[in-house]
Amino acid sequence: MSDEAREIVGDYRYGFHNEDKSIIRFDNGLSEQVVRDISAIKNEPKWMTDIRVKAYHHFVEREMPKWGNPGILNDIDFEAITYFLRSTDSTQGDWKDVPEAIQNTFDKVGLRDAENTWLGGITAQYDSEAVYHSIREDLESQGVIFLDMDSGLREHPELIKKYFGTVVPHSDNKFAALNTAVWSGGSFLYIPKGVHVEMPVQAYFRINAENMGQFERTLILADEGSSVHYIEGCTAPTYTSTALHSAVVELIAMEGAKIRYSTIQNWSNNVLNLVTKRAHAMKNSTVEWIDSNIGSGLTMKYPAILLRGEGAHAEVVSVAYAGKNQHQDTGAKVHHLAPNTTSNIVSKSISKDGGRSTYRGLLQVTPKAHNCRSKIVCDALILDKDSRSDTYPTMEIGNSSADLEHEASVSKVSGDQLFYLMSRGFNEQEAMGLIVNGFFEPFTRELPADYAVEMNKLLNIKMEGSIG
Amino acid sequence: MRVMVEEILKISNLHVSVEGIEIIKGLSLTINKGEVHALMGRNGSGKSTLANALMGHPAYSIDSGEITYNGQPLEELEVFERARAGMFLSFQYPSVLPGVKVGTFLKKSIEAVRGEPVKQREFRNQLKAAMQLLDMDRSFLSRYVNDGFSGGEKKRLEILQLVLLQPRLAMLDETDSGLDIDALKIVSKGINQVVPQAGCLVITHYQRLLEHVKADYVHVLIDGKIVKSGGPDLAHKLEEKGYDWLEVKNEV
Repeated sequence: MSDEAREIVGDYRYGFHNEDKSIIRFDNGLSEQVVRDISAIKNEPKWMTDIRVKAYHHFVEREMPKWGNPGILNDIDFEAITYFLRSTDSTQGDWKDVPEAIQNTFDKVGLRDAENTWLGGITAQYDSEAVYHSIREDLESQGVIFLDMDSGLREHPELIKKYFGTVVPHSDNKFAALNTAVWSGGSFLYIPKGVHVEMPVQAYFRINAENMGQFERTLILADEGSSVHYIEGCTAPTYTSTALHSAVVELIAMEGAKIRYSTIQNWSNNVLNLVTKRAHAMKNSTVEWIDSNIGSGLTMKYPAILLRGEGAHAEVVSVAYAGKNQHQDTGAKVHHLAPNTTSNIVSKSISKDGGRSTYRGLLQVTPKAHNCRSKIVCDALILDKDSRSDTYPTMEIGNSSADLEHEASVSKVSGDQLFYLMSRGFNEQEAMGLIVNGFFEPFTRELPADYAVEMNKLLNIKMEGSIG
Repeated sequence: MRVMVEEILKISNLHVSVEGIEIIKGLSLTINKGEVHALMGRNGSGKSTLANALMGHPAYSIDSGEITYNGQPLEELEVFERARAGMFLSFQYPSVLPGVKVGTFLKKSIEAVRGEPVKQREFRNQLKAAMQLLDMDRSFLSRYVNDGFSGGEKKRLEILQLVLLQPRLAMLDETDSGLDIDALKIVSKGINQVVPQAGCLVITHYQRLLEHVKADYVHVLIDGKIVKSGGPDLAHKLEEKGYDWLEVKNEV
């Protein structure tokens, strides 16, 4: 690899790409016609086309956010992005029917291994659409619906029509509007009443083409008393030009249901990751966002939970790693809208090699929400003097019975810790790796074992080089 | 039968400073395999400085003098290379490592020191034996290294590492401080198991550890110099008379 390429790729292992063999690729650029074409090519019902067009106009009119990283946001050239790219005729249920190069891609990222050993079902999305999908028969026979979103709309239009955009309306923010206008792919997951899905299901989002915009749309409905663990992973090739990933994820946990949504975000640094994730938690339900942001050049993402029913519980455990040329602007939002609701937020960030991490959090307790409890812990670890960490916690407390705890810390690795570890045989890089793995442990312990191991390996790679 | 003397550590006329202030002012000491050397002295006499300098702490600068370890100049080795070459320091104040589980830490440390992966079964067996010896509960393994540990628990974990790593040179920096008598006995068992294969430098204020770990030599450190060396009796004498009588002599 040339020095120049090394400079771009750095320690990123998933920066490879396949030749673009798309069967349909739109010209770069966005217009109402592009939005209508996407809808037409998918043979969507008129009501969805209308939603898209309305969202498009909102996107055009809506101002860019003035916070996060306005410098990068204002530089986005929406005309230089591809809004739709189809790689295969249809979503396959057998890997043999997926083009070999694409099979190999999902091999390299470890998805097929996981599918064969411990996942209940997977969706593999490649640029705009799912190329492969599987679900265990026992889940299907219990009435679990797990589909890519396009198939979901075709097969269950009544459910989609009822819930689409009810958690994240298109008018929520500029990028939610963009996603609603041009969405393609994503997951639709429905768990019937009382069904507990024991094995996690996973979606994997891979960007392959240059200048790609990936706009998956995910909707998860956990009916009363059901439970599910959904995992998403993502990677992309390293290019010198920008790719845009702008997803919308909507979760609804009905009474007594439990949804855990785990994310391992490892985009290459040329990807801008601008995502809206929100959940509604009904009576006595639990929603957990287990969220990691290791890759991307800029991420702006603040998983939110609206605790709408009495006794509902919110859990957000998030970690961010900001290395060279990275800004992770992440956080969590919890709205206590009902009495006796509880929330627990743990946020950890690491900044290294000039990287920048920002925690932006909102905790709201409305006047009607009596006897709520919330605990927020924010820890930042800064590994060198060129790196930066900022914390912007906001609290809007409208009920004096709320029991709130908030702890925040910013720390550096101490020389004594390094000396102690080195006196036990670890070189400096191994010592840093252990400290960083330990710092993220509250997150990794929530992951399935295989992914926890992968996460630690990933962090160890990030600790290589440039220590001094 | 005569046993061959095997030299492990040789320090000659060592001068060490911290932030420009000289702490060790001309210290010489030789430790052979199987020998226990007790280094005694008041707070601030330079005991811990010696241990940290030997292990290679970057804040301690060696201004002059020579140290050889296994006959090789020590200064050429980085801290982790010293550990891999068999040097071990039981810290007076071991660091807290949040999120790093004791079990994981121990296995990785053994692997780092040995330079090769350790089989899970072999590790489990060694760990079980060592923890039994030190009367430690298995629940230790899933706690984070030194996080929320009592003083005694920290020392016990240090000695557990000592037993598992089987060093060639064991340096124990005030391992006895903060231990009750039962814990002291248990910790001593660990030290005694390592002694026959290692050279051992025991740094302490008090004679009481030496009731359980038999020292072959006792050295008194005052103001960065060894002012007196002797056998185990010297420790008793210090316990009775304190350090003053030596200090006066030192000034003459």
